[in-house]
Amino acid sequence: MQLDSKAPGGPIETRWDRHRFNLKLVNPANKRKHSIIVVGSGLAGGSAAASLGELGYQVKCFCFQDSPRRAHSIAAQGGINAAKNYHNDGDSVYRLFYDTVKGGDFRSRESNVYRLAQISVNIIDQCVAQGVPFAREYSGYLDNRSFGGAQVSRTFYARGQTGQQLLLGAYQALERQIGASNVRMFPRTEMLDLIVVDGRARGIVTRDLITGKIESHLAEAVVLGTGGYGNIYYLSTNAKGSNATALWRAHKRGALFANPCYTQIHPTCIPVSGHYQSKLTLMSESLRNDGRVWVPLKKGDKRPPAEIQESQRDYYLERKYPSFGNLVPRDVASRNAKAVCDEGRGVGETGLAVYLDFRDAIQRLGKHVIRERYGNLFDMYERITAEDPYQVPMRIFPAIHYTMGGLWVDYNLMSSIPGLYVIGEANFSDHGANRLGASALMQGLADGYFVLPNTIGDYLASQKFEEITTGHPAVLEAEMQVSGITKRLLETRGTRSVDSFHRELGKLMWDFCGMSRTAEGLRHALSQIPEMRDQFWREVRVLGSGEELNQSLEKAGRVADFYELSELICTDALDRNESCGGHFREEYQTPEGEAARDDAHYSYVAAWEFRGVGNPEELHKEPLHFEYVHPTQRSYK
Amino acid sequence: MRLILHIWRQPNAQEKGRMVRYEVPNVNEDMSFLEMLDVLNENLIENGQEPVAFDHDCREGICGMCGFMINGVAHGPVRGTTICQLHMRHFRDGQELYLEPWRARAFPIVKDLVVNRSAFDRLIAAGGFISVATGSAPDGNAILVPKENSDRAMDAAACIGCGACVAMCPNASASLFMGAKIAHLGLLPQGQPERERRVVAMVAQARQEMFGSCTNIGECEAVCPKEIKLEVIGRMNRDFLRASWSRREALRDDEAEVSGKPLAGSRR
Repeated sequence: MQLDSKAPGGPIETRWDRHRFNLKLVNPANKRKHSIIVVGSGLAGGSAAASLGELGYQVKCFCFQDSPRRAHSIAAQGGINAAKNYHNDGDSVYRLFYDTVKGGDFRSRESNVYRLAQISVNIIDQCVAQGVPFAREYSGYLDNRSFGGAQVSRTFYARGQTGQQLLLGAYQALERQIGASNVRMFPRTEMLDLIVVDGRARGIVTRDLITGKIESHLAEAVVLGTGGYGNIYYLSTNAKGSNATALWRAHKRGALFANPCYTQIHPTCIPVSGHYQSKLTLMSESLRNDGRVWVPLKKGDKRPPAEIQESQRDYYLERKYPSFGNLVPRDVASRNAKAVCDEGRGVGETGLAVYLDFRDAIQRLGKHVIRERYGNLFDMYERITAEDPYQVPMRIFPAIHYTMGGLWVDYNLMSSIPGLYVIGEANFSDHGANRLGASALMQGLADGYFVLPNTIGDYLASQKFEEITTGHPAVLEAEMQVSGITKRLLETRGTRSVDSFHRELGKLMWDFCGMSRTAEGLRHALSQIPEMRDQFWREVRVLGSGEELNQSLEKAGRVADFYELSELICTDALDRNESCGGHFREEYQTPEGEAARDDAHYSYVAAWEFRGVGNPEELHKEPLHFEYVHPTQRSYK
Repeated sequence: MRLILHIWRQPNAQEKGRMVRYEVPNVNEDMSFLEMLDVLNENLIENGQEPVAFDHDCREGICGMCGFMINGVAHGPVRGTTICQLHMRHFRDGQELYLEPWRARAFPIVKDLVVNRSAFDRLIAAGGFISVATGSAPDGNAILVPKENSDRAMDAAACIGCGACVAMCPNASASLFMGAKIAHLGLLPQGQPERERRVVAMVAQARQEMFGSCTNIGECEAVCPKEIKLEVIGRMNRDFLRASWSRREALRDDEAEVSGKPLAGSRR
């Protein structure tokens, strides 16, 4: 298979403009004759469905939650980057582009990243116009803060609820289109398969989560904005319902899966408190602007933090990285937290935590300023831990947060299946091996508002679509597949709950394919997963029927897919004999313990092709070229 | 600690429901309320009984998916907290708790503690937005917003659409929910052009959805997990009155479109 990224050449500043000019257009009057399915209603899916509806296409939008407003984009706290340079502090589109390529550890496509940085400024304008209540200065102008991995203030925010406010903006735009009958919304409906006819994506098979009805929806193009697969680790900052089913089933129908091993660990989460833990809660990275990270200098120092004098504290990020200090990128911050805990200097009952201390910031700025910046985060921390972070330093530990990998897409955001587009976290495209803070919201909205609505028309205008009906053999075959899985899960009648299996898989993945990986550990995981998968299919217990709201059944289908995907993640991690960004292989590190890339052998996108369950997937490589930002070893010292 | 739960079990919208008693013997005080229900459900599955259905997703108090009544109070006893962020340290050993779904005509029960809140989406679709086509926005700093206004807009915009306000209101009114959106958009310069149309359309839609009227009881504010203030309802009423005065003619058209019935505020 030849992977054509369709990324334009020439001067990088004009690539997107020239590319757009060369795309075919759909005449406004003809747009209503084209139908598009959008799966997912987060920042990417919601903004895409709204914008496509606005353009006049017939759009159907699907989400598994009870309302499109619930998608997990809503939980993003810190902010959204844009190269506005409102602060006159040296920012520019080029600098955002540079920071993102470097932050991604030189594993992303330059053309895509430059486009993202260009569009970032339009996103802020769009969201302000929609009424997103971004933080303001007293003068009425927009306020900014700085964020991990950057030395300029380019992050726009709405208190600690930026994701919520941006999503509500997109949701309101979407509801407006629903009210105008340009978009039909299907809440509590889960996509369970992709319908491919003559090699092109032509629809999806869904299950109505209330009635259990399996149904097919046909269209001329399908857009997946279904988010990432971090929940494979069971404990993550993802929502409980976040899942990889839409991605995985599209992958099984032929869409290549790119860089699955690039998973991001967020350095500032509330540590695990017990075995019943169902998810991890993130504390926005913006806290590192004013909080200082430290652990006791001595091993096993169990004194309360207030009793540990300044001279006996190790502000290890400030010590090791004087120029970025507490604002080093996420992967660096996470690995360092793990390292100090491995040395036995971790704090709290489990020893798996470090302090994030606001004492100095409160002294410098006053409690009211800190409350204004982070009030809701401090409240949330106190609610969960019963400790007051204004008095006692927060305890934090890294947790799985985001997945940079996803379905492979070209510059138009089209996957390797013609007519199947993938946007937002669900694709692999813009963050390379590591995503910078406040860039996920930017990418989701860039794809949904500004990229996809431009590129999808080119496909629709250049293809001929013959009429197909739900009686088409490909449709019936997909429906049979879906019913078969449901039936099998219900009829297994085993002894163990779905959650018990999911926890077990998550622990295996965290232990052997988490923050740091070794060839030996990955081989061990790869030997365990098929056995665990077989056991799942033999022993899972799903009660109730398929013709009702059955939350165990929903979970079971998602976990079944996680078993298959986890094998691919480990395979990819084992195949990539280097460390880069979120993928850290212990065998490949510099003498100072930093990630050691191997550009000579691994400067490519690993795109995997499905060859049947249990069979090794086939690797296709898309080579990466760097004409503008030349790969160097990242240094945040 | 040990808890005794009485939980509303109802297989679907058609069949009748009833309270069923369960014991959860091994509750840890650092668990969230939903983690406690996870433990109950694991026990039920082990014993071959169907687990209790309840809505939840982010478990960080922001998606608005979770919520039910604990001893008659929406989201339970702690102020400004969703059920997913409510921890068991607020309960005592041996306590009996009654868990029921939101009860409102506009929120039909789906199963057990799960209800259908699509009526909220239709309220937003009726007018809870600013009409701006993608790509047509001016520079962000071209629209200045006084910090006080933007802060107050953010206070109102914090609504998570969970439905606790409706569930707690004796009239099952959606006024706090609507007021929050109307205040959020109405406090910003961008929201002015559609301000009157918005309030009229949303109020008309609320009537269609069979939400009740507001009689200033304030239960909604007391249980709102985001502590949205009652003043947003005052703002909505003021906007509505203003709209009905200045847009009487336009209103008649809107009414005819939406319900065919005259609106309370426009009866003059």
